[in-house]
Amino acid sequence: MVKKIVSHCSFLVVAFLISMSSFAQDKSVEMADTMRSNGKIYIVVAVCLTILIGLFLYMMRIDMKMSKIEKNKHAEA
Amino acid sequence: MNKSWWKILSFVLLVYTVICGFLLAVPRLPILNETIRNMYFHVCMWFGMMILFTTSFIYSIKYLRDFNYRNDIFAHNFASVGCLFGILGYTTGVIWVSVTWVTQAGQSLGTVLKEPKLIGAAIALLIYGAYFVLRGSFTDIDKRARISAVYNIFAFAMLFPSIWIIPRLVGSLHPGSPGSDSGNPALDKNDMDAGMRMVFYPAVIGWTLLGVWIATLKIRVELFRDKKLIHG
Repeated sequence: MVKKIVSHCSFLVVAFLISMSSFAQDKSVEMADTMRSNGKIYIVVAVCLTILIGLFLYMMRIDMKMSKIEKNKHAEA
Repeated sequence: MNKSWWKILSFVLLVYTVICGFLLAVPRLPILNETIRNMYFHVCMWFGMMILFTTSFIYSIKYLRDFNYRNDIFAHNFASVGCLFGILGYTTGVIWVSVTWVTQAGQSLGTVLKEPKLIGAAIALLIYGAYFVLRGSFTDIDKRARISAVYNIFAFAMLFPSIWIIPRLVGSLHPGSPGSDSGNPALDKNDMDAGMRMVFYPAVIGWTLLGVWIATLKIRVELFRDKKLIHG
């Protein structure tokens, strides 16, 4: 039941997105359609996401380290 | 509420930017083609830079009002992350230029880089570069903070003519100038596709928050290092 609703909703969302972008579809302008039809654009997204997540994890670690140092300093004082 | 909610927000917005920025449909335009998606990255760098420089400017004014050394540290670090964003924006811009402006035979990168927008942005960044040179040349902390706060206000004032006013008065290939038919593509609602705006504004917020996070980390390190100075 829930699955059905989810699938209906996702269909609606996709339909909405497609209808939104249906204007200005000039097929004579070259775009990365091949890439999208192969599905390989998802690889690019995956790579970028990996980098992004890695960066954020690193930032978080520095942040936590700094918090710890600050806490220790307060305890000392 | 957890103090770090905005860090999570930044992460969520940037993940959204990458996923939707690559996968959602964009207008099909000649020459630009798929590179229009750079809007979510290159333009956001400049927006982030502007917001960080504005923050730095406010802290400089605050410093001059009460001479609290804390405000000087804030101003300095926001300016330095702003510069980082500016340099990233410039570099990504050069990459973008090399495929979209250099199109016809006989055009070289050298002729295209004489653009008023590029020169203006370079001047603005160099003025901010001088801010750090100026800071580094003082040994006296109070003098350094005071003079660099005044200089920071001047640098911020110079940002407006060099980045916006002059490139928009003279012809330029960059969007937003007379001669290009694109008006003000980032802010004017008639000049940017509605679907793109749905990704672009969250992207600006996400990148800016990331910059603020980096700046606060730098500030915390410096505050910690200079703790004795501030309280002593």
